[in-house]
Amino acid sequence: MVEDLSVRLKVYEGRAAVVGGVGKDPVNSPMIRHWCEAVGDTNPAYTGPDAIAPPTMLQVWTMGGLSGHPPGEAGRTGRTGRTGRSEAYEELLALLDGAGYTSVVATDCEQEYPRALRPGDEITFDSVIESVSERKTTRLGTGYFVTTRMDVRVGDELVGTHRFRILKYAPAAAPPPKRSEPQPQPQKQRPQRPRPVINRDNAGFWEGVERHRLLIQRCADCATLRLPWLPGCNACGSPEWDTVEACGDGTVHSYVVMHHPPFPAFDPPYAVGLIELVEGVRMVSNVIGVPYDKVRIGMPVRLEFACYDEELELPVFRAAGAGEATAEVGRG
Amino acid sequence: MRAGDVFAPLEVEITRTLVVAGAIASRDFQDVHHDPELARRRGSPDVFMNILTTNGLVGRYVTDHFGPSAVLRKVAIRLGAPNYPGDTMVLTGTVEAVDGDLVTVKVIGDNGIGRHVTGTVVVTVGTGVLAADTITATAEPVTARTDRVTARTDRVTVTLPTGAPQ
Repeated sequence: MVEDLSVRLKVYEGRAAVVGGVGKDPVNSPMIRHWCEAVGDTNPAYTGPDAIAPPTMLQVWTMGGLSGHPPGEAGRTGRTGRTGRSEAYEELLALLDGAGYTSVVATDCEQEYPRALRPGDEITFDSVIESVSERKTTRLGTGYFVTTRMDVRVGDELVGTHRFRILKYAPAAAPPPKRSEPQPQPQKQRPQRPRPVINRDNAGFWEGVERHRLLIQRCADCATLRLPWLPGCNACGSPEWDTVEACGDGTVHSYVVMHHPPFPAFDPPYAVGLIELVEGVRMVSNVIGVPYDKVRIGMPVRLEFACYDEELELPVFRAAGAGEATAEVGRG
Repeated sequence: MRAGDVFAPLEVEITRTLVVAGAIASRDFQDVHHDPELARRRGSPDVFMNILTTNGLVGRYVTDHFGPSAVLRKVAIRLGAPNYPGDTMVLTGTVEAVDGDLVTVKVIGDNGIGRHVTGTVVVTVGTGVLAADTITATAEPVTARTDRVTARTDRVTVTLPTGAPQ
């Protein structure tokens, strides 16, 4: 699985991270002053009528701030959402989030300043995903280093380059809260499960899950069923499709028992089943209602929807005959 | 000035205010830089300084040393031990190379738990800075860089700040 993720991440090397980013504010004296106050910089070069911006502010002018960047025009910029990032970069980060590497910390910043920025300059920026590392274990946790390289321009003039490296990681066990600090709200002890990666190709599946319907895609041309959802038919290549609702019955086609490594929100050991639905397609899910070591190939199972937190409901499969009372929802 | 010259160290108190002010001034609203509770959930004992603030401090340290005529050309930093509130970071700098008016400085910032930052800064310094430092360092007449010093080379009296005003 880890090797598989590494391979999937490598595909993003060389792809755009930001296309046609635009600074939210022109370079301006108030933001320069706030920065100088924060870092204690009294350099007179940064004040007065001939002021330049501190060169180390380069990245500041590219930040989305609290409200983020406006979404790009679809098709032209390839930007999505309010982050200003390209679809490729969003996908890369979502892959990492989905695999449990939900936290981020910056580790390296390399900047060059061909010319100083001055109040009134309006910057644009483009960035490319330079590299994605192998899986690394750090003191913070295990994860992947992602390096991007950004060019910052004013008009056509290159005014700065900015290579940035982040670590996307799964936090190591959080330290216990300090006793001395007030705890007005009860702690959520348990980290949340990773969110599903929802995109245009599979949004319909998750809308179905919301309504407690397990929807299988069906090719509109050759009627071949497919799960998981894909943009086109594997049998005939047609992009046209509709859906059929699974009746909910199935059998365990295969399974593995997960022991190591542990991910946040999951308590190994637990069984991961490959469930064959009676409609003929298969999906990976949890088998509930039986201990992990009692799951067997061929075991009949029945679909239900398990609620893991306020925002996350997932289709899972209960071993036929297992009563509600013995369910152990939430364990893996 | 020559390779091996050492900067006066700068002690930076890592207050909660500095961490938060730096994050907000750099438009960085990642929760680990302002919300201790969420920082803990992400495996960190407390909020910690963001990389942009460290970048600004490193740049400031070098320009404070050389004075306002110095212009930053390149700042490359790598972070290690985080700067948590209550700690103190001590920045030290060493001139690595002098090439014309380009000076390369190695900057290190150590805090109570280890090495917070390792950095390389390339800065253009005024001719006065180069020459004056040569005088004080070697006590020789200015000859080596007269091509760059155009006026009153016998009486260059640039004062180099040795510490940085807070």
